[in-house]
Amino acid sequence: MNFLSIFDVIGPNMIGPSSSHTAGACSMALMARRLCKEPICKVVFTLYGSFAKTYHGHGTDRALLGGILGFGTDDARIRDAFELAKEFGVEYEFVIDEKTITDHPNTADIAMTGVNGYELTVRGESIGGGKIKIVRIGNIDVEFTGEYSTLIIKQNDTPGIVAHISQCLSNQNVNIAFMRLFREDKGATAYTVVESDELIPESILAEIKRNPNVHEIMLVQV
Amino acid sequence: MDFRNGQELLELCEKKQMTISQVMKEREITCGTLTDKEIMEKLKTVLSIMKAAVNEPLTHPKKSNGGLIGGEAKKVSDFGNTSRSICGSLLNKAISYSMAVLEVNASMGLIVAAPTAGSSGVIPGVLLALQEEKLYSDELLYDALLNASAIGYLLMRNASVSGAEAGCQAEVGAASAMAASAVVEMMGGTPQMCLQAASIAISNLLGMVCDPIAGLVEAPCQARNSIGAANAITCAELALAGVTHPIPFDEMSDAMLRVGKSIPFELRETAMGGCAGTPTGCSLGCGMCS
Repeated sequence: MNFLSIFDVIGPNMIGPSSSHTAGACSMALMARRLCKEPICKVVFTLYGSFAKTYHGHGTDRALLGGILGFGTDDARIRDAFELAKEFGVEYEFVIDEKTITDHPNTADIAMTGVNGYELTVRGESIGGGKIKIVRIGNIDVEFTGEYSTLIIKQNDTPGIVAHISQCLSNQNVNIAFMRLFREDKGATAYTVVESDELIPESILAEIKRNPNVHEIMLVQV
Repeated sequence: MDFRNGQELLELCEKKQMTISQVMKEREITCGTLTDKEIMEKLKTVLSIMKAAVNEPLTHPKKSNGGLIGGEAKKVSDFGNTSRSICGSLLNKAISYSMAVLEVNASMGLIVAAPTAGSSGVIPGVLLALQEEKLYSDELLYDALLNASAIGYLLMRNASVSGAEAGCQAEVGAASAMAASAVVEMMGGTPQMCLQAASIAISNLLGMVCDPIAGLVEAPCQARNSIGAANAITCAELALAGVTHPIPFDEMSDAMLRVGKSIPFELRETAMGGCAGTPTGCSLGCGMCS
C-alpha cells in the first residue's frame, strides 16, 4: 500500500462537491493533459458508470474540462470551465455511455486532439478520496497513479528494450520504485511504465529515444 | 516511525511520551517526504480554507448546484442568537459551521476533504466552534488536525472512509471519530481517551447508510454533518469524563468495515435507497433507478 500522508486524510484541498466525482475527475484530466505532447485544441470525454449518471450535479463535467485546461483540484476557475474553454480555444464534447460496463464505476475516456493533429486517448478511474489511476493509453491497458514521477515509454515489444531502458535509468542514477510492462500483443506495441520516488532527469528522454524500437516517451514529474 | 493500528499508536505514545499529534507528525517526517516546516505550511493552508468555508455561507448564503440546500447554516446560526435556541453556544456553532462547509462544497466552493468532501463539515465545525468558545490559538488547532489525521489514517488503512464502500458511517462516522479524538487531545486528555472517544463516536453512528438524494452531496449529507459534529462533541465529553467504551478502537474499526460490507448496494451512495429512494427523493431528479 502507498504511504498515506496527513494530507491524504485531511485533503485534498478541493472545489466541491465530491472528492471522487469532482476532485478525482479534475486530477485524471490534468494527468491526461500532461501525457498529451501538444497543446490541446479539442477534447471528447466519454463518461461511464456513476460518472455517466451523476456527472452534471457533481460538476464532473466542469472538473474534467478544468483539468484539461490545466486547473488543479483547488482552482476556483473549475466552476467557470465551460466559459474558460472558449477563451482557451478548447473545443469540448461529452458523450454519455450508460451501456458499457467498465472495471470501476467512476471511469472516463479522455480523447485529446493537439493543435498539430496529435491524437491521444487516455482512460482514467477515480478510485476514491480524490485519488486516481490511469488504466488505458490508446488501446493498451496500463496502470499508474501519478503519485510518483512516472516515465511512460511506447515501444515495440521486442527483446532487449527493457534492458536498454533500465540501463539508461541506471546511468542517470534513477531509483526505480515500480516498473511494469504492458503490451497489446506479442511483438506488437507495448508500454513500459517506470515510477520513481525522485525526479527523473529530462535528459534521460533523449538517451532512451536512441533505441529505434522506442516510439514515444511521456514524462510526468511529481 | 509508523504504526499500523490503534494499539501500536498507543504503544508509541507511551514509549516516546508523545501525544497522538506528535506521533503523527513524526511519522510524516520519517516515513513521508515532507519536512516539519512544509507540514506546518500545509496545515496553515488547510485551516485557512476551513475558516473561509465556515464563514462564507453565514454572511453570503447561496444555493447549491443541485438546488437542494443553501442558507440552512445561517438559519441555524441566527436561531442560536434567539431565546428559543436550545443547544447552547458551542453546539449551535459546531452544527451551523459544519452545515456551512457543506453549503460551500455543494456550490462548488473550496473545501478540504476531511476525510471526504461529503463529510468535510464535521472537523472544521467542531474545531472552529471550540476555538471561538475557548479562545484557543491556531497552533492548538494544527495539533488537533494532526491528531484527527492519525485517526483518519487508521480508518483509511484498516477500514474505509468511502460512502460507496461502507456507507455514510464510513464518511461522517469517520469524520466524527477524528473530531472527537482531536477535541480530547485539545482538552488535555490522554491518547487512550482520544481512542476511547473515537470508538464511541464510531459505535454511535454504526450502520449509517449513504443515500444522497438525486445522487448529490447535499441532502441528507448536510444535516448528517451536523450530527457528526454534535456526536464528536458528545463523545469527547464522555471520554474526558472518564467514560470508557468496552470495545477497543481497532475492533470498532473492523466492525465498521464489516457492517459497511453488509450494507446493501442500494444504500451505499448509489442514490437508489433510503432518503433517495423515497417517492419524493425520486421526484427530486433521481434518474438512478430508472
